[in-house]
Amino acid sequence: MRDKTCIVGTGSTPYTRGTDKPALVLALEASLSAVRDAGIRPQDIDAVILPAGVASGGTAGDFCANFGIRDLHYTASLQEMGGAECVAAVETAALALVGGVASHVLIPMCSLMFSGRRAREPKDASSGFQAADTIRDYYSPYGVQAPAQHYSWMARRHMLLYGTTERQLGAVALAMRRHAQLNPEALMFNVPMTMDDYLASRWISEPYRLLDCCLETDGAAALVMTTSQRARDLKQKPVFVSGVGTGHPYPSLDIPNRTDILEIGLDRAAPRAYAMAGMKPADIDFAEIYDCFTGQTIMQIESAGFCKKGEGGTFVSDGNIELGGTLPVNTHGGLLSHAHNTGMNHIVEAVTQLRGDGGARQVRDAEIGVVTGWGGHAHGSMAIFRN
Amino acid sequence: MNAKVTPTPARPLPSLQGYSGEFYGWCGKQELRFQRCGACETFRHPPRPLCPNCQSSNAQWVPVSGKGKVHTWTTVRQALHPGLAADVPYAGVIVELDEGMRIASWVTDIAPEKLQAGLRVQVWFDAISDGFALPKFRVL
Repeated sequence: MRDKTCIVGTGSTPYTRGTDKPALVLALEASLSAVRDAGIRPQDIDAVILPAGVASGGTAGDFCANFGIRDLHYTASLQEMGGAECVAAVETAALALVGGVASHVLIPMCSLMFSGRRAREPKDASSGFQAADTIRDYYSPYGVQAPAQHYSWMARRHMLLYGTTERQLGAVALAMRRHAQLNPEALMFNVPMTMDDYLASRWISEPYRLLDCCLETDGAAALVMTTSQRARDLKQKPVFVSGVGTGHPYPSLDIPNRTDILEIGLDRAAPRAYAMAGMKPADIDFAEIYDCFTGQTIMQIESAGFCKKGEGGTFVSDGNIELGGTLPVNTHGGLLSHAHNTGMNHIVEAVTQLRGDGGARQVRDAEIGVVTGWGGHAHGSMAIFRN
Repeated sequence: MNAKVTPTPARPLPSLQGYSGEFYGWCGKQELRFQRCGACETFRHPPRPLCPNCQSSNAQWVPVSGKGKVHTWTTVRQALHPGLAADVPYAGVIVELDEGMRIASWVTDIAPEKLQAGLRVQVWFDAISDGFALPKFRVL
Protein backbone atom coordinates (compact mmCIF):
# COMPACT_ATOMS: atom_id res chain seq x y z
CA MET A 1 0.00 0.00 0.00
CA ARG A 2 3.08 2.26 0.23
CA ASP A 3 2.35 5.71 -1.22
CA LYS A 4 -0.66 4.42 -3.16
CA THR A 5 -3.16 6.62 -1.30
CA CYS A 6 -3.10 10.14 0.02
CA ILE A 7 -4.93 12.77 1.99
CA VAL A 8 -6.17 15.49 -0.34
CA GLY A 9 -8.53 17.42 1.89
CA THR A 10 -8.84 18.38 5.55
CA GLY A 11 -11.37 20.44 7.44
CA SER A 12 -11.89 21.41 11.06
CA THR A 13 -14.46 23.29 13.10
CA PRO A 14 -13.19 25.54 15.88
CA TYR A 15 -12.50 23.65 19.12
CA THR A 16 -14.44 24.91 22.12
CA ARG A 17 -15.32 24.09 25.69
CA GLY A 18 -19.05 23.81 25.29
CA THR A 19 -21.26 23.75 22.21
CA ASP A 20 -24.95 23.88 21.39
CA LYS A 21 -24.42 21.89 18.20
CA PRO A 22 -25.05 18.17 17.96
CA ALA A 23 -22.15 15.96 16.88
CA LEU A 24 -23.67 15.35 13.46
CA VAL A 25 -23.86 19.07 12.67
CA LEU A 26 -20.22 19.59 13.66
CA ALA A 27 -19.17 16.53 11.63
CA LEU A 28 -21.06 17.88 8.60
CA GLU A 29 -19.41 21.31 8.93
CA ALA A 30 -15.91 19.80 9.11
CA SER A 31 -16.69 17.43 6.23
CA LEU A 32 -17.96 20.22 4.00
CA SER A 33 -14.80 22.16 4.65
CA ALA A 34 -12.70 19.03 3.87
CA VAL A 35 -14.35 18.30 0.49
CA ARG A 36 -14.06 21.98 -0.47
CA ASP A 37 -10.39 21.88 0.53
CA ALA A 38 -9.99 18.87 -1.78
CA GLY A 39 -11.86 20.64 -4.58
CA ILE A 40 -14.56 17.97 -4.89
CA ARG A 41 -18.29 17.82 -4.08
CA PRO A 42 -20.01 15.78 -1.35
CA GLN A 43 -21.60 13.57 -4.00
CA ASP A 44 -18.12 12.54 -5.20
CA ILE A 45 -17.60 10.74 -1.88
CA ASP A 46 -18.27 7.02 -2.24
CA ALA A 47 -16.96 5.68 1.05
CA VAL A 48 -17.30 6.87 4.64
CA ILE A 49 -15.19 5.51 7.49
CA LEU A 50 -16.41 6.42 10.96
CA PRO A 51 -13.81 6.32 13.71
CA ALA A 52 -15.38 5.84 17.13
CA GLY A 53 -18.54 4.46 15.55
CA VAL A 54 -21.56 6.61 16.20
CA ALA A 55 -19.61 9.22 18.19
CA SER A 56 -19.34 11.16 14.93
CA GLY A 57 -23.08 11.78 15.04
CA GLY A 58 -24.91 8.72 13.80
CA THR A 59 -24.45 5.82 11.42
CA ALA A 60 -22.78 6.15 8.03
CA GLY A 61 -26.27 6.10 6.53
CA ASP A 62 -27.37 9.00 8.73
CA PHE A 63 -24.25 10.89 7.75
CA CYS A 64 -24.67 10.28 4.00
CA ALA A 65 -28.34 11.26 4.00
CA ASN A 66 -27.48 14.55 5.72
CA PHE A 67 -24.36 15.25 3.64
CA GLY A 68 -25.88 14.44 0.24
CA ILE A 69 -23.81 11.39 -0.61
CA ARG A 70 -25.90 9.63 -3.29
CA ASP A 71 -24.01 6.40 -3.96
CA LEU A 72 -22.10 4.93 -1.05
CA HIS A 73 -19.87 1.99 -2.13
CA TYR A 74 -18.27 1.20 1.17
CA THR A 75 -18.56 2.05 4.84
CA ALA A 76 -16.96 0.88 8.09
CA SER A 77 -17.28 1.94 11.72
CA LEU A 78 -14.32 1.37 13.98
CA GLN A 79 -15.00 0.43 17.59
CA GLU A 80 -13.12 -0.28 20.79
CA MET A 81 -9.71 1.19 19.85
CA GLY A 82 -10.69 4.65 21.13
CA GLY A 83 -7.96 7.16 20.39
CA ALA A 84 -6.23 4.74 18.02
CA GLU A 85 -9.21 4.81 15.68
CA CYS A 86 -8.51 7.93 13.59
CA VAL A 87 -5.20 6.56 12.36
CA ALA A 88 -6.81 3.11 12.04
CA ALA A 89 -9.48 4.75 9.85
CA VAL A 90 -6.71 5.97 7.52
CA GLU A 91 -5.60 2.33 7.23
CA THR A 92 -9.16 1.19 6.49
CA ALA A 93 -9.61 3.95 3.91
CA ALA A 94 -6.32 3.03 2.24
CA LEU A 95 -7.42 -0.62 2.05
CA ALA A 96 -10.71 0.40 0.43
CA LEU A 97 -8.92 2.63 -2.10
CA VAL A 98 -6.17 0.15 -2.97
CA GLY A 99 -8.77 -2.61 -3.17
CA GLY A 100 -10.62 -0.56 -5.74
CA VAL A 101 -13.99 -0.52 -3.98
CA ALA A 102 -13.91 3.26 -3.40
CA SER A 103 -12.41 6.32 -5.05
CA HIS A 104 -13.01 9.19 -2.60
CA VAL A 105 -13.16 8.32 1.08
CA LEU A 106 -14.36 10.68 3.79
CA ILE A 107 -13.35 10.22 7.43
CA PRO A 108 -15.36 12.53 9.73
CA MET A 109 -14.61 12.68 13.44
CA CYS A 110 -16.47 14.67 16.05
CA SER A 111 -15.62 14.58 19.76
CA LEU A 112 -17.90 16.10 22.37
CA MET A 113 -15.38 15.53 25.13
CA PHE A 114 -16.63 18.57 27.03
CA SER A 115 -20.37 18.57 26.36
CA GLY A 116 -20.92 14.85 25.87
CA ARG A 117 -20.03 11.84 27.95
CA ARG A 118 -16.68 12.33 29.68
CA ALA A 119 -13.99 9.69 29.31
CA ARG A 120 -13.92 9.38 33.10
CA GLU A 121 -17.55 8.20 33.23
CA PRO A 122 -18.08 4.43 33.31
CA LYS A 123 -19.18 2.81 30.06
CA ASP A 124 -22.01 0.30 29.91
CA ALA A 125 -20.54 -3.13 30.44
CA SER A 126 -21.64 -6.11 28.44
CA SER A 127 -21.13 -9.87 28.37
CA GLY A 128 -19.12 -10.15 31.55
CA PHE A 129 -15.74 -10.78 29.94
CA GLN A 130 -14.99 -7.72 27.80
CA ALA A 131 -12.80 -4.69 28.44
CA ALA A 132 -15.62 -2.52 29.86
CA ASP A 133 -16.53 -5.39 32.21
CA THR A 134 -12.95 -5.58 33.43
CA ILE A 135 -13.13 -1.95 34.49
CA ARG A 136 -16.57 -2.34 36.12
CA ASP A 137 -15.92 -5.66 37.84
CA TYR A 138 -12.23 -5.58 38.72
CA TYR A 139 -10.93 -1.95 38.76
CA SER A 140 -13.88 0.31 39.69
CA PRO A 141 -14.56 -1.35 43.07
CA TYR A 142 -11.09 -0.03 43.99
CA GLY A 143 -11.73 3.41 42.55
CA VAL A 144 -9.78 2.95 39.32
CA GLN A 145 -12.21 3.54 36.48
CA ALA A 146 -10.88 6.50 34.48
CA PRO A 147 -8.00 6.75 31.98
CA ALA A 148 -6.13 9.22 34.24
CA GLN A 149 -6.10 6.47 36.85
CA HIS A 150 -5.37 3.24 35.00
CA TYR A 151 -2.86 4.89 32.65
CA SER A 152 -1.06 6.28 35.68
CA TRP A 153 -0.41 2.67 36.78
CA MET A 154 1.80 2.51 33.68
CA ALA A 155 3.41 5.89 34.32
CA ARG A 156 4.28 4.86 37.89
CA ARG A 157 5.74 1.57 36.62
CA HIS A 158 7.83 3.51 34.08
CA MET A 159 9.14 5.70 36.91
CA LEU A 160 9.89 2.66 39.11
CA LEU A 161 11.68 0.73 36.36
CA TYR A 162 13.52 3.50 34.56
CA GLY A 163 13.78 6.35 37.03
CA THR A 164 11.58 8.63 34.94
CA THR A 165 10.93 11.82 36.93
CA GLU A 166 7.99 14.13 37.45
CA ARG A 167 9.93 16.93 35.78
CA GLN A 168 10.33 14.73 32.72
CA LEU A 169 6.56 14.25 32.63
CA GLY A 170 6.35 18.02 32.98
CA ALA A 171 8.72 18.51 30.04
CA VAL A 172 6.07 16.93 27.78
CA ALA A 173 3.35 19.24 29.06
CA LEU A 174 5.62 22.27 28.68
CA ALA A 175 6.65 21.45 25.11
CA MET A 176 3.01 21.03 24.04
CA ARG A 177 2.12 24.32 25.72
CA ARG A 178 5.00 26.17 24.03
CA HIS A 179 3.86 24.88 20.65
CA ALA A 180 0.32 26.00 21.40
CA GLN A 181 1.62 29.57 21.81
CA LEU A 182 2.39 29.45 18.07
CA ASN A 183 -1.07 28.19 17.13
CA PRO A 184 -3.95 30.70 17.41
CA GLU A 185 -6.43 27.79 17.04
CA ALA A 186 -5.14 26.12 20.22
CA LEU A 187 -7.33 26.26 23.32
CA MET A 188 -4.21 27.13 25.31
CA PHE A 189 -2.99 29.88 22.93
CA ASN A 190 -1.97 32.85 25.08
CA VAL A 191 -1.97 30.65 28.19
CA PRO A 192 1.73 30.01 28.78
CA MET A 193 2.97 27.56 31.41
CA THR A 194 6.18 27.22 33.42
CA MET A 195 7.62 24.19 35.21
CA ASP A 196 6.55 25.84 38.48
CA ASP A 197 2.97 26.08 37.14
CA TYR A 198 3.15 22.41 36.22
CA LEU A 199 4.49 21.32 39.62
CA ALA A 200 1.90 23.48 41.41
CA SER A 201 -1.08 22.02 39.54
CA ARG A 202 -3.31 19.81 41.68
CA TRP A 203 -2.96 16.06 41.87
CA ILE A 204 -5.53 14.02 39.97
CA SER A 205 -4.11 10.53 40.31
CA GLU A 206 -0.41 10.37 41.18
CA PRO A 207 1.87 10.52 39.31
CA TYR A 208 -0.58 12.57 37.22
CA ARG A 209 -1.38 16.17 38.01
CA LEU A 210 -4.03 18.22 36.25
CA LEU A 211 -1.43 19.44 33.73
CA ASP A 212 -0.45 15.86 32.82
CA CYS A 213 -3.98 15.33 31.51
CA CYS A 214 -5.30 16.22 28.05
CA LEU A 215 -7.96 18.85 27.47
CA GLU A 216 -11.65 18.02 27.16
CA THR A 217 -13.08 19.96 24.22
CA ASP A 218 -15.83 19.90 21.59
CA GLY A 219 -15.21 20.01 17.86
CA ALA A 220 -14.91 18.05 14.63
CA ALA A 221 -12.47 17.46 11.80
CA ALA A 222 -12.56 15.42 8.60
CA LEU A 223 -10.21 13.99 6.00
CA VAL A 224 -10.70 13.23 2.32
CA MET A 225 -8.53 10.42 0.94
CA THR A 226 -8.10 9.18 -2.60
CA THR A 227 -5.67 7.20 -4.74
CA SER A 228 -2.34 8.76 -5.61
CA GLN A 229 -3.27 8.57 -9.28
CA ARG A 230 -6.52 10.47 -8.82
CA ALA A 231 -4.75 13.03 -6.59
CA ARG A 232 -2.78 14.35 -9.58
CA ASP A 233 -5.97 16.02 -10.84
CA LEU A 234 -6.92 17.61 -7.51
CA LYS A 235 -6.01 21.04 -6.26
CA GLN A 236 -4.06 20.26 -3.09
CA LYS A 237 -0.53 19.00 -2.81
CA PRO A 238 -1.17 15.37 -1.81
CA VAL A 239 0.08 13.96 1.48
CA PHE A 240 0.90 10.30 0.86
CA VAL A 241 0.23 7.43 3.24
CA SER A 242 3.64 5.74 3.10
CA GLY A 243 2.97 3.30 5.88
CA VAL A 244 0.23 2.56 8.39
CA GLY A 245 -0.35 -0.12 10.99
CA THR A 246 -2.37 -0.98 14.06
CA GLY A 247 -1.53 -3.17 17.03
CA HIS A 248 -2.88 -4.37 20.35
CA PRO A 249 -1.41 -5.31 23.70
CA TYR A 250 -2.18 -8.81 24.97
CA PRO A 251 -4.58 -9.34 26.55
CA SER A 252 -6.24 -6.13 25.41
CA LEU A 253 -9.10 -6.45 27.92
CA ASP A 254 -6.92 -6.16 31.03
CA ILE A 255 -3.86 -4.08 31.92
CA PRO A 256 -2.48 -5.79 35.07
CA ASN A 257 -2.19 -9.28 33.56
CA ARG A 258 0.01 -8.36 30.62
CA THR A 259 3.42 -9.97 30.91
CA ASP A 260 4.80 -6.43 30.81
CA ILE A 261 2.26 -3.72 31.63
CA LEU A 262 4.41 -1.26 29.67
CA GLU A 263 3.83 -3.28 26.48
CA ILE A 264 1.46 -1.27 24.29
CA GLY A 265 -0.24 -1.71 20.94
CA LEU A 266 2.18 0.71 19.31
CA ASP A 267 5.05 -1.74 19.98
CA ARG A 268 3.44 -3.88 17.27
CA ALA A 269 1.91 -1.15 15.10
CA ALA A 270 5.11 0.86 14.60
CA PRO A 271 7.25 -1.89 13.03
CA ARG A 272 4.38 -2.67 10.64
CA ALA A 273 4.12 0.96 9.58
CA TYR A 274 7.90 1.34 9.13
CA ALA A 275 8.06 -1.92 7.13
CA MET A 276 5.26 -0.79 4.81
CA ALA A 277 6.93 2.59 4.30
CA GLY A 278 10.41 1.15 3.93
CA MET A 279 11.56 3.71 6.48
CA LYS A 280 13.18 3.87 9.91
CA PRO A 281 12.73 6.25 12.85
CA ALA A 282 15.74 8.35 11.80
CA ASP A 283 13.89 9.25 8.58
CA ILE A 284 11.11 11.05 10.45
CA ASP A 285 11.10 14.87 10.58
CA PHE A 286 8.31 15.37 13.14
CA ALA A 287 5.75 13.35 15.10
CA GLU A 288 2.21 13.99 16.26
CA ILE A 289 1.99 11.65 19.26
CA TYR A 290 -1.33 10.77 20.95
CA ASP A 291 -0.68 12.77 24.12
CA CYS A 292 -3.69 11.78 26.20
CA PHE A 293 -1.31 11.98 29.19
CA THR A 294 2.34 12.94 29.53
CA GLY A 295 3.53 9.44 30.51
CA GLN A 296 1.71 7.86 27.56
CA THR A 297 3.50 10.34 25.28
CA ILE A 298 6.90 9.21 26.61
CA MET A 299 5.93 5.55 26.20
CA GLN A 300 4.85 6.09 22.60
CA ILE A 301 8.02 8.03 21.72
CA GLU A 302 9.90 4.91 22.83
CA SER A 303 7.58 2.44 21.13
CA ALA A 304 7.72 4.36 17.85
CA GLY A 305 11.48 3.83 17.97
CA PHE A 306 12.65 7.40 18.51
CA CYS A 307 14.66 6.27 21.54
CA LYS A 308 15.15 3.04 23.49
CA LYS A 309 12.66 1.78 26.08
CA GLY A 310 13.34 3.57 29.32
CA GLU A 311 15.12 6.51 27.69
CA GLY A 312 11.98 8.47 26.86
CA GLY A 313 12.19 10.62 29.99
CA THR A 314 15.66 11.88 29.09
CA PHE A 315 14.65 12.24 25.44
CA VAL A 316 11.84 14.65 26.29
CA SER A 317 13.72 16.60 28.97
CA ASP A 318 16.68 17.14 26.63
CA GLY A 319 14.49 19.25 24.36
CA ASN A 320 14.31 16.85 21.43
CA ILE A 321 10.53 17.18 21.18
CA GLU A 322 10.43 20.96 20.90
CA LEU A 323 10.22 22.85 17.62
CA GLY A 324 13.85 23.19 16.59
CA GLY A 325 14.71 19.90 18.34
CA THR A 326 15.61 16.59 16.68
CA LEU A 327 11.97 15.43 16.64
CA PRO A 328 9.37 18.18 17.09
CA VAL A 329 6.34 16.55 18.72
CA ASN A 330 2.77 17.87 18.54
CA THR A 331 3.52 21.05 16.67
CA HIS A 332 -0.11 22.22 17.12
CA GLY A 333 -0.04 21.81 20.90
CA GLY A 334 -1.45 18.29 21.01
CA LEU A 335 -4.31 16.95 23.08
CA LEU A 336 -2.66 18.63 26.05
CA SER A 337 -2.79 22.19 24.72
CA HIS A 338 -4.48 22.37 21.30
CA ALA A 339 -7.71 20.35 21.61
CA HIS A 340 -8.95 16.79 22.01
CA ASN A 341 -10.59 15.39 18.91
CA THR A 342 -9.57 11.81 19.60
CA GLY A 343 -6.41 12.41 17.59
CA MET A 344 -8.01 13.60 14.35
CA ASN A 345 -6.45 17.01 15.03
CA HIS A 346 -3.05 15.28 14.98
CA ILE A 347 -3.63 13.97 11.45
CA VAL A 348 -4.87 17.38 10.28
CA GLU A 349 -1.74 18.95 11.77
CA ALA A 350 0.55 16.45 10.02
CA VAL A 351 -1.11 17.39 6.71
CA THR A 352 -0.72 21.09 7.53
CA GLN A 353 2.99 20.59 8.19
CA LEU A 354 3.55 18.51 5.05
CA ARG A 355 1.80 21.11 2.93
CA GLY A 356 4.13 23.70 4.46
CA ASP A 357 1.20 25.62 5.91
CA GLY A 358 2.37 25.55 9.54
CA GLY A 359 3.13 29.28 9.73
CA ALA A 360 4.99 30.20 12.92
CA ARG A 361 5.07 26.53 13.97
CA GLN A 362 6.21 25.13 10.61
CA VAL A 363 8.90 22.42 10.85
CA ARG A 364 11.54 23.52 8.36
CA ASP A 365 11.86 21.27 5.30
CA ALA A 366 9.32 18.81 6.72
CA GLU A 367 8.99 15.86 4.34
CA ILE A 368 8.03 12.90 6.50
CA GLY A 369 5.82 12.91 9.59
CA VAL A 370 4.45 10.26 11.96
CA VAL A 371 1.06 10.25 13.67
CA THR A 372 0.29 7.79 16.46
CA GLY A 373 -2.96 6.79 18.10
CA TRP A 374 -3.58 5.31 21.55
CA GLY A 375 -6.89 4.22 22.99
CA GLY A 376 -8.84 1.88 25.20
CA HIS A 377 -6.44 -0.23 27.21
CA ALA A 378 -3.42 0.85 25.07
CA HIS A 379 -4.49 -0.16 21.57
CA GLY A 380 -2.09 1.50 19.16
CA SER A 381 -1.86 2.80 15.62
CA MET A 382 0.72 4.64 13.56
CA ALA A 383 0.79 6.27 10.17
CA ILE A 384 3.79 7.61 8.27
CA PHE A 385 2.93 10.44 5.91
CA ARG A 386 5.16 12.12 3.33
CA ASN A 387 4.75 14.98 0.89
CA MET B 1 -36.99 20.38 61.78
CA ASN B 2 -34.43 18.01 60.39
CA ALA B 3 -31.75 19.40 58.10
CA LYS B 4 -31.92 18.07 54.58
CA VAL B 5 -29.55 15.13 54.27
CA THR B 6 -27.86 14.45 50.97
CA PRO B 7 -27.57 10.69 50.58
CA THR B 8 -23.98 9.46 50.25
CA PRO B 9 -23.49 8.12 46.71
CA ALA B 10 -22.80 4.40 46.61
CA ARG B 11 -19.32 3.09 45.90
CA PRO B 12 -18.97 1.43 42.49
CA LEU B 13 -19.55 -2.31 42.76
CA PRO B 14 -18.85 -5.29 40.51
CA SER B 15 -21.88 -6.67 38.67
CA LEU B 16 -21.79 -9.87 40.76
CA GLN B 17 -23.35 -11.63 37.76
CA GLY B 18 -21.69 -14.49 35.89
CA TYR B 19 -17.93 -14.80 36.38
CA SER B 20 -17.79 -11.71 38.57
CA GLY B 21 -20.36 -13.30 40.91
CA GLU B 22 -18.29 -16.47 41.05
CA PHE B 23 -15.01 -14.63 41.78
CA TYR B 24 -16.45 -12.40 44.52
CA GLY B 25 -18.65 -15.25 45.80
CA TRP B 26 -15.52 -17.25 46.67
CA CYS B 27 -14.17 -14.13 48.38
CA GLY B 28 -17.44 -14.06 50.38
CA LYS B 29 -16.38 -17.49 51.71
CA GLN B 30 -12.98 -16.00 52.68
CA GLU B 31 -11.25 -17.74 49.78
CA LEU B 32 -9.24 -16.17 46.98
CA ARG B 33 -9.70 -18.44 43.98
CA PHE B 34 -8.84 -18.00 40.32
CA GLN B 35 -9.86 -19.84 37.18
CA ARG B 36 -7.32 -22.50 36.26
CA CYS B 37 -7.48 -24.44 33.03
CA GLY B 38 -8.47 -28.08 33.56
CA ALA B 39 -6.39 -29.15 30.57
CA CYS B 40 -3.08 -27.23 30.72
CA GLU B 41 -3.39 -25.94 34.32
CA THR B 42 -2.67 -22.31 33.37
CA PHE B 43 -4.24 -19.74 35.70
CA ARG B 44 -6.14 -16.88 34.10
CA HIS B 45 -7.57 -13.57 35.25
CA PRO B 46 -9.94 -11.85 34.60
CA PRO B 47 -12.10 -14.98 34.28
CA ARG B 48 -13.32 -15.86 30.81
CA PRO B 49 -14.82 -18.79 28.87
CA LEU B 50 -11.72 -20.25 27.17
CA CYS B 51 -8.15 -20.84 28.26
CA PRO B 52 -6.08 -18.31 26.29
CA ASN B 53 -3.22 -20.82 26.24
CA CYS B 54 -4.93 -24.01 24.96
CA GLN B 55 -8.55 -22.88 24.31
CA SER B 56 -10.01 -25.53 26.60
CA SER B 57 -13.34 -24.54 28.14
CA ASN B 58 -12.69 -26.83 31.10
CA ALA B 59 -11.76 -24.69 34.12
CA GLN B 60 -11.87 -24.92 37.91
CA TRP B 61 -11.78 -22.23 40.59
CA VAL B 62 -8.55 -23.06 42.41
CA PRO B 63 -7.51 -21.49 45.74
CA VAL B 64 -4.24 -19.53 45.88
CA SER B 65 -1.97 -18.46 48.74
CA GLY B 66 -3.30 -14.89 48.91
CA LYS B 67 0.27 -13.68 49.24
CA GLY B 68 1.87 -11.34 46.76
CA LYS B 69 3.73 -8.09 46.22
CA VAL B 70 3.05 -4.56 45.07
CA HIS B 71 3.67 -4.15 41.32
CA THR B 72 2.56 -0.55 40.69
CA TRP B 73 -0.06 1.87 41.99
CA THR B 74 -1.78 5.20 41.47
CA THR B 75 -2.67 7.52 44.33
CA VAL B 76 -6.08 9.02 43.64
CA ARG B 77 -6.34 12.50 45.16
CA GLN B 78 -9.35 13.75 43.21
CA ALA B 79 -12.28 11.34 43.28
CA LEU B 80 -13.55 10.85 39.74
CA HIS B 81 -16.47 8.78 41.08
CA PRO B 82 -18.77 10.48 43.63
CA GLY B 83 -19.00 7.27 45.66
CA LEU B 84 -15.29 7.48 46.44
CA ALA B 85 -15.16 11.13 47.51
CA ALA B 86 -14.84 10.17 51.19
CA ASP B 87 -11.99 7.75 50.44
CA VAL B 88 -9.45 10.11 48.85
CA PRO B 89 -6.55 9.93 48.99
CA TYR B 90 -6.38 6.21 48.29
CA ALA B 91 -4.02 4.09 46.23
CA GLY B 92 -5.35 1.75 43.54
CA VAL B 93 -2.63 -0.90 43.73
CA ILE B 94 -1.79 -3.70 41.31
CA VAL B 95 -0.80 -6.70 43.43
CA GLU B 96 1.14 -9.52 41.82
CA LEU B 97 0.20 -12.77 43.51
CA ASP B 98 2.85 -15.42 44.11
CA GLU B 99 1.03 -17.58 41.53
CA GLY B 100 1.62 -14.86 38.89
CA MET B 101 -1.82 -13.33 38.40
CA ARG B 102 -2.19 -9.61 39.07
CA ILE B 103 -5.24 -7.85 40.46
CA ALA B 104 -6.24 -4.29 41.24
CA SER B 105 -6.87 -3.80 44.96
CA TRP B 106 -6.14 -1.69 48.03
CA VAL B 107 -3.43 -2.19 50.64
CA THR B 108 -5.41 -0.97 53.61
CA ASP B 109 -2.89 -0.62 56.43
CA ILE B 110 -0.31 1.66 54.84
CA ALA B 111 -0.36 5.29 53.71
CA PRO B 112 -0.13 5.68 49.92
CA GLU B 113 3.13 7.62 50.16
CA LYS B 114 4.74 4.66 51.98
CA LEU B 115 4.04 2.17 49.19
CA GLN B 116 7.01 0.58 47.45
CA ALA B 117 7.38 -1.81 44.54
CA GLY B 118 7.90 -5.34 45.83
CA LEU B 119 6.24 -4.71 49.21
CA ARG B 120 4.93 -8.11 50.44
CA VAL B 121 1.18 -8.24 51.12
CA GLN B 122 -1.47 -10.73 52.24
CA VAL B 123 -5.13 -10.82 51.25
CA TRP B 124 -8.09 -10.13 53.55
CA PHE B 125 -11.78 -9.99 52.65
CA ASP B 126 -14.02 -6.94 52.98
CA ALA B 127 -17.71 -7.95 52.92
CA ILE B 128 -19.74 -5.92 50.40
CA SER B 129 -23.10 -7.68 50.40
CA ASP B 130 -24.69 -10.97 51.35
CA GLY B 131 -22.29 -13.69 50.24
CA PHE B 132 -19.85 -11.37 48.47
CA ALA B 133 -16.57 -9.74 49.52
CA LEU B 134 -13.83 -7.66 47.92
CA PRO B 135 -10.29 -8.98 48.29
CA LYS B 136 -8.04 -6.35 49.87
CA PHE B 137 -4.52 -6.59 51.21
CA ARG B 138 -2.45 -5.85 54.30
CA VAL B 139 1.29 -5.53 54.59
CA LEU B 140 2.79 -8.94 55.37
